[in-house]
Amino acid sequence: MKENQSFVDFSEKTSLKIALVGNPNSGKSTLFNALTGLNQKTGNFPGVTVDKKSGFVKLKEGQILAEFIDLPGTYSLYPKSIDETVAFEVLCNPNNEFHPDLTIIVADASNLKRNLFLVSQIIDLRIPVILALNMMDLVEKEGDVIDIIRLSEKLGVKVVGVSARNKGSLDVLKQALFEPLPVRQYDFINIKKLAPELIEKLSALINANSDFAAFQFINNFPQISFDNNNIDNKEKIVTLLSTPLIDRNKLQSEETVERYKVINRIVGECRIQKSAIKTKSFSNKLDSFLTHRVGGYIIFLIILFFIFQTIFFLSSYPMQWIETLFVSFSNIAAQNLPQGELTNLFVNGILAGLGGIIVFVPQIAFLFAFIAILEDTGYMARVSFILDKLMRKFGLNGRSVIPLISGMACAIPAIMSTRTISSWKERMITILTTPLMSCSARLPVYTLMISLIIPNDKITGFFNYQGLILMSLYMIGFVAAMAAALVLQKILKAREKSYFIMELPVYRSPQWRTVGLTIFDKVKSFLIDAGKIILAISVLLWFLSSHAPGNKIKIIEKKYETVDMLKKYNDAERKLKISSEQLEVSYAGIIGKFIEPAISPLGFDWKIGIALVTSFAAREVFVGTMATIYSVGNSDNTQTLREKMYLEKNSSTGLPTFSVAVGFSLMIFYAFAMQCMSTLAVVYRETKHWKWPAIQFLFMSALAYISSFLVYQLLK
Amino acid sequence: METANKNLAQLKIGQLAIIDSFTDKLMALKLLEMGCTPGELVKIDRIAPLGDPIAINVSGYMLCLRKAEASTILVSLLTTNI
Repeated sequence: MKENQSFVDFSEKTSLKIALVGNPNSGKSTLFNALTGLNQKTGNFPGVTVDKKSGFVKLKEGQILAEFIDLPGTYSLYPKSIDETVAFEVLCNPNNEFHPDLTIIVADASNLKRNLFLVSQIIDLRIPVILALNMMDLVEKEGDVIDIIRLSEKLGVKVVGVSARNKGSLDVLKQALFEPLPVRQYDFINIKKLAPELIEKLSALINANSDFAAFQFINNFPQISFDNNNIDNKEKIVTLLSTPLIDRNKLQSEETVERYKVINRIVGECRIQKSAIKTKSFSNKLDSFLTHRVGGYIIFLIILFFIFQTIFFLSSYPMQWIETLFVSFSNIAAQNLPQGELTNLFVNGILAGLGGIIVFVPQIAFLFAFIAILEDTGYMARVSFILDKLMRKFGLNGRSVIPLISGMACAIPAIMSTRTISSWKERMITILTTPLMSCSARLPVYTLMISLIIPNDKITGFFNYQGLILMSLYMIGFVAAMAAALVLQKILKAREKSYFIMELPVYRSPQWRTVGLTIFDKVKSFLIDAGKIILAISVLLWFLSSHAPGNKIKIIEKKYETVDMLKKYNDAERKLKISSEQLEVSYAGIIGKFIEPAISPLGFDWKIGIALVTSFAAREVFVGTMATIYSVGNSDNTQTLREKMYLEKNSSTGLPTFSVAVGFSLMIFYAFAMQCMSTLAVVYRETKHWKWPAIQFLFMSALAYISSFLVYQLLK
Repeated sequence: METANKNLAQLKIGQLAIIDSFTDKLMALKLLEMGCTPGELVKIDRIAPLGDPIAINVSGYMLCLRKAEASTILVSLLTTNI
């Protein structure tokens, strides 16, 4: 066999580009995490790795700087989605900027046959590869044995047994990168035989370094086109491949069948198996509960219920600590810093804004942790399985469940994860309805409003009214999303037949390291990305609310300095009167008053109007705005925002501003309104047309306004 | 022992069969890639609570697919257990 191999040696290089590729659920992302130590989300659901992620690592005692690139999971080199196309182009096109020096193919050893299909295709590209045989621990547990040396001989490439969940085996893999690597120089199957003339002619034109690369070019033309600057060649290629005589379906199915024949033989020789039909007993037992006719749905609802109760109940303690901490910060700052504009900016602009953001970290951490655990264990795939038929009635797909549930954390990654849905119509409906699911940015608004209008009474033990109302709000978002899907199903036309072919991965215990990394990553990006906007808007808002056109601010101060006024009010009362009148004449007040006529049918006054304006681009700004407005309008720093809002009275009626009707109206408004620039941008990117985000924006805004109006008028 | 042709969607939970051929060319490509190749042994593992989709054991793992897709797979039912 040796004459059929050539060798490459990377031990003398100083930099190296290494790609990781493999089937979904092969543990590729986990291995990538372990190799790079970079924060990256790993899930158990097929196709969770949608972005191309990379990380630099120093190897071989710092001599080599390796760049690891995590390619999207794919089952074959026949791309069916944008993600798989990325993997395909990087591997097949030597001119691609990410084309690796070396490719690590990650394969699930406990699912050897199907994983070897992609492996054999990549090997046939004749690029340098190492096969990392993952989950060897699972194989042993099942009582099977895989002869790695034999497998390596049969495949003609280096094979290393690893267990991505156990760090020890990684050193062996890293070591293997710098030993001379065999590159197999003969094809798995007789590819040339499938289309001899075409392959020969095309190979000459595109300078393919393997028959299989040429074959793939033929099969994926014209969807895939490699960079080719030679215009003359380009025309010849187009003429050669545009003939209707090429039966691409036949070529592909012949190739697949041939490959599996060879793979079956290899697996038969290299694996000693206990029985032909695998009964993964633990997974099977779990499935009989989790996908049970009745029990499956009940368990799913209980899990969701538990998540919401936990988010509200458990995070209320750290939230209280954070609130108290910021109140004391403000006090210390106000007492110790010299009076003036800068102190004012620091206490009422920056500190108030920061406190408004950080207080929601516990809830966001819990929410993302739960979603990461559900994905990592393989449970999400089961939810798709039991809900596919139901989802179909709404023009959706079982795979739509994941984006919809992730949408409760954040619509942006959720919309990106719709790429695993192959039908255009189902994918569009999922993209357009996902933002109606209540995301974590709405949580602060809900939390604040619920705590103002709903008593914190426990029903029994763990459950309380506040948690129930919160769950109902999420339900309302879900119902709205489903209703919108029903409408869209009637409007949109299907472009292709919908199908649902999906792997149900074996249950695994969640990896706490991965969950931890996810939480850290999400909280960090919330604090930094959202924090920047919130802080900037807080400072701007502080300026707008403490300054007014002309010298109106001074005039109000003077008005209260007359002898009459000094007699009429004590110091504290006077301060309050001054600041609230000042807010009313300030720039922010002018803006709020300007839109008040439009929002008063919804029960909102001009102060809420200011918050609506500032949270137009990002809804999480609402609470920060409220914090700034109420600390500018109130010189008492010992109260939390909640207390200040609770005491707020409507100036004309004298009743509390945040009545039950206003609270619900506001929550419904935030549940439905499209107040997120980033989501609109990602919808544009995924649909490649401004029409869709525009429709989404108009529809959701109208829905928010009308629903809010109805809620307020009914409860008033 | 093998019996006459059936399609995969007609099988009951626990039944074993050998894949013979496909009736839908495009669907076949997707199924082939996932390891549903002619000659391969399949077992119906479970059926989703609402009667659709189904989960089958094939090529050493569990694959779920809708009945519409399963009905494009022609199989020979095995009457004896292995």
